[in-house]
Amino acid sequence: MAKEKFDILESTCIPLPLENVDTDQIIPARFLSLTTREGFGEYLFRDWRFDKSGNKSGGFVLNDEKYKGRILVAGKNFGCGSSREHAVWAITDYGFKAVVSSFFADIFKNNSLNNGLLPVVVSDEFLKNLLDQIQKDPETKVIIDLKQQLLTVSSGESTGFEINQYKKECLMKGLDDIDYLLNITDMIKAYEFRKTLGK
Amino acid sequence: MIPQTLFDKIWDSHVVKSIEGGPDVLYIDQHFIHEVTSPQAFDGLRARGIPVFRPVMTLATADHNIPTKDQNLPIKEELSRTQVEKLAENCREFGIEVFGLNHPKNGIVHVIGPELGYTQPGMTIVCGDSHTSTHGAFGAVAFGIGTSEVEMVLATQCILQPKPKKMRISVNGTLQKGVTAKDIILYIISKISGGGATGYFVEYAGSAIESLSMEGRMTICNMSIEMGARGGLIAPDDTTYEYLTKIPSISNRPDFYSLLKKWHGFRTDPGAHFDRELDFDAARIKPMITYGTNPGMGMAIDDTIPSIDSIASEASASFLKSLDYMGFTPGMKLAGHPVDYVFLGSCTNGRIEDIRAFTHFVKGRKKAREITALIVPGSKKVEQQAINEGLDKILKEAGFELRQPGCSSCLAMNEDKIPAGKYAVSTSNRNFEGRQGPGSRTLLASPLTAAAAAITGRITDPRDMLQD
Repeated sequence: MAKEKFDILESTCIPLPLENVDTDQIIPARFLSLTTREGFGEYLFRDWRFDKSGNKSGGFVLNDEKYKGRILVAGKNFGCGSSREHAVWAITDYGFKAVVSSFFADIFKNNSLNNGLLPVVVSDEFLKNLLDQIQKDPETKVIIDLKQQLLTVSSGESTGFEINQYKKECLMKGLDDIDYLLNITDMIKAYEFRKTLGK
Repeated sequence: MIPQTLFDKIWDSHVVKSIEGGPDVLYIDQHFIHEVTSPQAFDGLRARGIPVFRPVMTLATADHNIPTKDQNLPIKEELSRTQVEKLAENCREFGIEVFGLNHPKNGIVHVIGPELGYTQPGMTIVCGDSHTSTHGAFGAVAFGIGTSEVEMVLATQCILQPKPKKMRISVNGTLQKGVTAKDIILYIISKISGGGATGYFVEYAGSAIESLSMEGRMTICNMSIEMGARGGLIAPDDTTYEYLTKIPSISNRPDFYSLLKKWHGFRTDPGAHFDRELDFDAARIKPMITYGTNPGMGMAIDDTIPSIDSIASEASASFLKSLDYMGFTPGMKLAGHPVDYVFLGSCTNGRIEDIRAFTHFVKGRKKAREITALIVPGSKKVEQQAINEGLDKILKEAGFELRQPGCSSCLAMNEDKIPAGKYAVSTSNRNFEGRQGPGSRTLLASPLTAAAAAITGRITDPRDMLQD
């Protein structure tokens, strides 16, 4: 089914300079009981955003009014742990369109690409500089050009990034893997037939 | 012929199509689903108006949300109850077999798949759960997927997946007494870090791995994801065949002997290429415990937490945040530190061998008064076996209660939560912040180390208390 297309994204960023941010932090397990895909944004980083009494925790970056934007910039090994796609739903429902890090966990990366959230991998050094810049100047803008596979910072630096060409096309055209697979069911049936015959 | 790894042999024989510059279309032999990560996938099928492509190749169980007491009563928590009911409804509508609450075959998905014979060598296996890597213990390519991918498998029995790189981790030598499979894997993760195997599929090999039972091998493969690996597998051998032969649904098959013959071919060829190879000496491994909030933050139980000087500068903020959460300081010794809770269970250590090891350790001893213990079998079958062997009685005499099966306190989606600030020595797989309940502090360890803490009320080296 058609999804929103990803082309060029220009936005200020929200910095999260922590490593190994796991999907239990992105969305704690106790909020996984919903049976729809909507409404998870409310629970994004729940236990970092709110204290035990439900008041906003002052120190957390999502509660810091000087930071806004649709790009989350986070430390390495982002999205490790549980396979819960709810983590990606929470991030997109909150309003993010891309996450920049030097390293993503595999399942999280797949889940992101399946939901139109672009994971952008940059070098450790580029990430460190970008985080520093955003923290010094929260108005720092980042342009992510998917077609050119180029991330440019308003201060002038830029870096290319890798993405599998098939996934790039899916994101740019708003296509979905299930449509692709449903179109090749004859091939899948032929595979099953060969396998049954032991070939 | 070019020598091939076991992983290559299984993966390549399941590729329906390779997309140029893209992922492979991988055929899935066995799909497992549970109540938490499947409802949105079924909604997707309904929205498209399509059926499940191969309903017999998917099996469902309710495990994440269920209570571990009074399972005969309705689930109290409304959202959990709805999710479990929704699973049953979806399975009925789409023709999928489901082992719901109170079914004699119910249990944690990664415990029942192997024990009921659904998991077999050479298969591709997926489930919307990262610990699907567990099934790799049988020489299968098994890995966790997201809900969009669950929908792909339901719709077409295939997923689109980039082929990971290959790593071999060899552990050779003899394990010390009191050191278990759990200690091996916590040791490996502590050496290569929580992201050290990201992008790789791991094959575990070496004499120490071969010496393990199937239960031990499942514990190892289970935690592959905790170092970021896509999955982990172990080549099938006599231990594997012996385990599978005891499962009637397998040994009663008319083609059992031809199956056995086929499984014998599932090995890595000598000289096959791995992108990365790591070797560890089993004799150096001691009982392990984690001190931080990711499974890579582990150490020998008699060791001290690293000092801040030994941590790279970009990692120091995360390191200190983690220790602050745990109420620990750099350089601190953990042995002797008081513990409040002990959790035995989960898809990592909730099998009969784990319950036996824990029970044998506490036999004739008494639980420390300050300890609250949760002893949770991984499945109805494990529960029944424990009762048949009289383990429940021995546990009771020592002050413990055998609960009913489920994921329980591993992720605390049900009532089995560790309160804020309390320390739990846990045989599960993740020590993330709040994993066992908001504010809970998890120390991952083996069933023996958990048993030692349950008796002394403190973090204790189980080697000092072994009984025969």
